[in-house]
Amino acid sequence: MHAGISLLPLVLDRVSYTINGTALIDELSVTLSSGSRTLILGPNGAGKSLTLRLCHGLIRPSSGSVRWTGPFAGDPMCRQAMVFQRPVMLRRSALANVAYGLKLAGMARAERTERARQMLDRVGLLALADRPARSMSGGEQQRVALARAWALQPEVLFLDEPTASLDPAASRAVEAIIRAIHEAGTKIVMTTHNLAQARRLADEILLLDRGRLVERSPAQHFFRAPATPEATAFLREESL
Amino acid sequence: MHDIAAALGAALRMIGGLDACLLGIVALSIKVSLAAVAIATLLGLPLGAAVALSRFPGRRGVIVALNALMGLPPVVVGLFVYLMLSRAGPLGPLGLLFTPGAMIIAQAILITPIVAALARQVVEDAWVEYQEQLRSLGAPPRRALWTLLWDTRFSLVTVVLAGFGRAAAEVGAVIMVGGNIDGVTRVMTTAIALETSKGDLPLALGLGLILLILVLAANAAAYAIKEAAQRRFG
Amino acid sequence: MKLTRRALLAVTLAAAFALPASAQDRFIVVSSTTSTQDSGLFGHILPIFRNKTGIEVRVVAQGTGQALDTGRRGDADVVFVHDKAAEEKFVADGFSTERREVMYNDFVLIGPKSDPAKIAGSRDISGSLKKIAEAKTPFASRGDKSGTHAAELRLWRAAGVDVEKDRGSWYRELGQGMGPTLNTAAAMNAYVLTDRGTWLNFKNRADLTIVVEGDQRLFNQYGIMLVNPARHAHVKKDMGQAFIDWVTSLEGQKAIADYKIGGESLFFPNFRKTGT
Repeated sequence: MHAGISLLPLVLDRVSYTINGTALIDELSVTLSSGSRTLILGPNGAGKSLTLRLCHGLIRPSSGSVRWTGPFAGDPMCRQAMVFQRPVMLRRSALANVAYGLKLAGMARAERTERARQMLDRVGLLALADRPARSMSGGEQQRVALARAWALQPEVLFLDEPTASLDPAASRAVEAIIRAIHEAGTKIVMTTHNLAQARRLADEILLLDRGRLVERSPAQHFFRAPATPEATAFLREESL
Repeated sequence: MHDIAAALGAALRMIGGLDACLLGIVALSIKVSLAAVAIATLLGLPLGAAVALSRFPGRRGVIVALNALMGLPPVVVGLFVYLMLSRAGPLGPLGLLFTPGAMIIAQAILITPIVAALARQVVEDAWVEYQEQLRSLGAPPRRALWTLLWDTRFSLVTVVLAGFGRAAAEVGAVIMVGGNIDGVTRVMTTAIALETSKGDLPLALGLGLILLILVLAANAAAYAIKEAAQRRFG
Repeated sequence: MKLTRRALLAVTLAAAFALPASAQDRFIVVSSTTSTQDSGLFGHILPIFRNKTGIEVRVVAQGTGQALDTGRRGDADVVFVHDKAAEEKFVADGFSTERREVMYNDFVLIGPKSDPAKIAGSRDISGSLKKIAEAKTPFASRGDKSGTHAAELRLWRAAGVDVEKDRGSWYRELGQGMGPTLNTAAAMNAYVLTDRGTWLNFKNRADLTIVVEGDQRLFNQYGIMLVNPARHAHVKKDMGQAFIDWVTSLEGQKAIADYKIGGESLFFPNFRKTGT
């Protein structure tokens, strides 16, 4: 658990993101608080990835605001991390990849090597620490990416369809790691296309459609008794 | 055909005899071009990467200019450096004209744009892939620049080789600022030009063959090193 | 890690630059012409001078015009060319204080063995050039404002031929040095005026041979001048003067006369102490 000053809650206030006159995100207002595993669902083009990037600060809204309203006063980026659908591995060993983030955070060499080894161990890849990361399988690379993110002890971890490119076995390994990261005290905000995965992982669901927030409910309610017609339609479509 | 056969004979005799004069010319050629490439790399790689990563008004103009400068005519660069380094020019007191130093400067000016323009393309392509992750990890732009240069190092080896090839092959700049002085500023290309102008075509061609072999050897060595490193470090 | 890599490169560069500088400070730069260099004269006389004085002579070979310009700019210590009028102007303009005559060589008229203008064996250059103009046979000119080019133009004028109007047809101006011009003449089977030294060293003769020689008007006088230290303070005047003194001394003049190709002398020393 982070005994530390918190970033959260994150408040999105009427956030819009417009490209060439089209509002890809349309007046989105939502507050994300600590604790739960938040999964963002929606059909293609709903704006799930964009929402993650707006929250993380990779892109700026065209209108509205994204604010971290917790007491933490420093650079919010250093208390967050993100894992992408296709893992971006630097052209160096798995260990060096994990240590890279720590180096950016200013950690000394001996300490960061030690921490990197610990994190690789936690994701089950210590044996491959010196392997060139780019020559690893997709699943292994994604686990390295998770180790790299986890090493930074982020308060919030954003994940953009992290298992979409992986086979079932690798997906399960990744899910296990996500659970472990959450149990260690990190807020999880994740998108997925996989309803079964959402059922396994989510505490709460945010359903997006055409850039708008359509429904937000705790997971059991959403899957058993969705409140909105859009949610019902979505669940029916996805389970076909 | 007869000339080419004579050239092969001349080349083999020179290589076999390890003619001291020839060795001196070869050594100077390598020294000048390597020094020029080193300067061009030190300046051009960070410059290209910086242009790749930054956004500023007029950026597209800078990219077009860099690309265009790849085609700088060597003789024009030679003339410019000559006028700069001449005693009658602004840098005259340095006394660099007609020395290998002048040749290094001229070649460095010639190939820095090549290294910078090609590096820009390489780094920009990589940036597209890496940008979000690097920013997410909290890499400030300066840090990202060096990370990208290191990560694209295998492609950059090819970029540096392109620069070296251009330097080793050019004659227009070095003959003007070096003066082709026997034993002081005579390199492979200027020696070839001299022997051609004296009408000794087989010798000139023979020297040309040796130059080709040198450049081939340099490229082969670089490729082998690259392959080995790639296997080791991925 | 980055710092050590950069430091290594910096050291390499420093070494690259340092090496030439640490070499000889006892050297002078002499600007001369490509035809003189191509003749091989310098390869013969400069080692003798160096053995005697320890002074390295670095010859930058250019066209006469450029060689004089190099002297004017102060990029050379001594100018050694063969264009008396231009040299005298150089002195008159104050870029040198003294011109000394050193040696002469001669020009020869080269032409195809088939000799379409029917001039082979003549000792009359004027008459021969007139015949070439009348027969309109190809003639290759250097066209590069060099001493040789200037001499060639004087000979045409003396022969009463205006080559301006025929430029492009049988009279071909190439804008190149002696060697490349000979190469082109060999390829075109043209007549061409050249200094004997370059011809003797020239290997790509194809079908060409000497057709006219020995006319007094074909003699080519060389002069040597120290660049005026009053104009360019950095000029190495003591060493430069030492070279000039040697080249016009008995020993130097003998060295010039001793330079032969195939038993033939190329240059005829003619320094006279009294006047120029």
